[in-house]
Amino acid sequence: MVIVGAGHAGGTAAALLRSYGYAEPITLIGEEPIAPYQRPPLSKAWLKGEADAESLMLKPESFYAGAGIELVLGARVTSLKRSERTVCLADGRSFAYDSLILAMGARARALPIRGADLAGVLSLRSASDAEALKGALGPGRRLAVVGGGYIGLEVAASARFLGAEVVVIEREAAILARVAKEPLCSFLTRYHEARGVAFEVGAMVEAFEGEAGHVTGVRLAGRRAVACDAVLIGVGLARNDDLAREAGLECVAGVVVDGEARTADPQVFAIGDVTHRPIPHYARMFWLESVANALEQARQAASIIAGRPAPPHEVTWNWSDQYDLKLQFAGLAFDIDDMVVRGDPAGAKFAVFHLKGDTVQAVEAVNAPAEFMAGRQLIGQRRPISRARLADTAVSMKEVAA
Amino acid sequence: MAKITYIEHTGAEHVIDVKSGLSVMEGAVKNNVPGIDADCGGACACATCHVYVDEAWRDKTGTPSAMEESMLDFAENVETNSRLSCQIKVSEEIDGLVVRMPESQH
Repeated sequence: MVIVGAGHAGGTAAALLRSYGYAEPITLIGEEPIAPYQRPPLSKAWLKGEADAESLMLKPESFYAGAGIELVLGARVTSLKRSERTVCLADGRSFAYDSLILAMGARARALPIRGADLAGVLSLRSASDAEALKGALGPGRRLAVVGGGYIGLEVAASARFLGAEVVVIEREAAILARVAKEPLCSFLTRYHEARGVAFEVGAMVEAFEGEAGHVTGVRLAGRRAVACDAVLIGVGLARNDDLAREAGLECVAGVVVDGEARTADPQVFAIGDVTHRPIPHYARMFWLESVANALEQARQAASIIAGRPAPPHEVTWNWSDQYDLKLQFAGLAFDIDDMVVRGDPAGAKFAVFHLKGDTVQAVEAVNAPAEFMAGRQLIGQRRPISRARLADTAVSMKEVAA
Repeated sequence: MAKITYIEHTGAEHVIDVKSGLSVMEGAVKNNVPGIDADCGGACACATCHVYVDEAWRDKTGTPSAMEESMLDFAENVETNSRLSCQIKVSEEIDGLVVRMPESQH
């Protein structure tokens, strides 16, 4: 058994295989020099200094040897030979497999513009990226965030916590354009502005300016330049599917899998950020970029390989922490024709339910855990709801979902 | 340091020495105790680290926050002694704690 990619998905699959009773040798190969760890805190608790490196580890280092999992770290897999059931490493080593799990994840998308190679132009994906970012933040330091997505906003909030000045630059007319809906977008804009974050929306980044090899500013088309000491680029990700594509596996900006993480090759599974997968609830293929997705597919692949039935499909979910806000999301806002806002955005405790007819397709909850939990159940059950009751905070979510 | 007994739904017991400052959830996950998934890693965002706190320990483990309570309201098989184990901090105060895992996380 070989797992390529020692991130959250790969590390979890290895551990699950053992807890499901799989007794054959497992080799877990990762490019980073450290054992599998959790990435979500890198932009949140870890960046703020509220969690240490050890607390980020999925399992203690000693776990792997004890569980008979061979960790091959700092190693890059350069080719997959499916006919020989072998993966080859850049250093010449090769590993044979009976079953293979591809969990190469994704990388931060780069901006191919002038100055992108200046020191201080950063992205955030790995623990070492996070170290570099943390070193650039502190009281009075100026950070320009390119991309108003969740990574950018989480880093903006953490940077403010650390005393840095922050400008968020977004190409679209509003932040979160790709991943969230109104009124959440305007709520978050106002919430960040009230905490000292400046926004440049509808702004095209032309180049990064620098002096002596270090970034000093971001030049925007037709606007003032944003002076800064560091830049964080958070403009989405690119899936690391090259290995699969070169091995003849179908890829659509990600490795194509079925609803149980199988590729077309019965010996090869793919899990986590690298996949392009069916979302049965919405009857379509999509790309999910979340821990919940990594874990769901890790459970699927590990179950099948260990000879257990695959677990039932989950309603996809995600979360974000910014300042004192707990954001929780369930479902995907596909095919929606209406929305119901429950609670008051002015009080920073509300939820936005996206509906298709009388059924909930997705919920975005801000400091509203009951709305998130109940919403997730309602999405899964496809149960029709009453809009009037859903909008009425005097009716509890227990009653709405009853 | 506190000795914590984690009892799986199947009855299997795991007695673990957990460092003070960690959460009861971390004590389980980092020692590969099955039955506590903790999908969100301890952010109180997912309710997959649900445990039942043994009656004798309910006072010492404190009361859940409003956030935790709301999450628990919608977890499966909730009882009056249900807690999210990511929200219980380990200290010498709770040396000897016994928690049980629900069937839904089996």
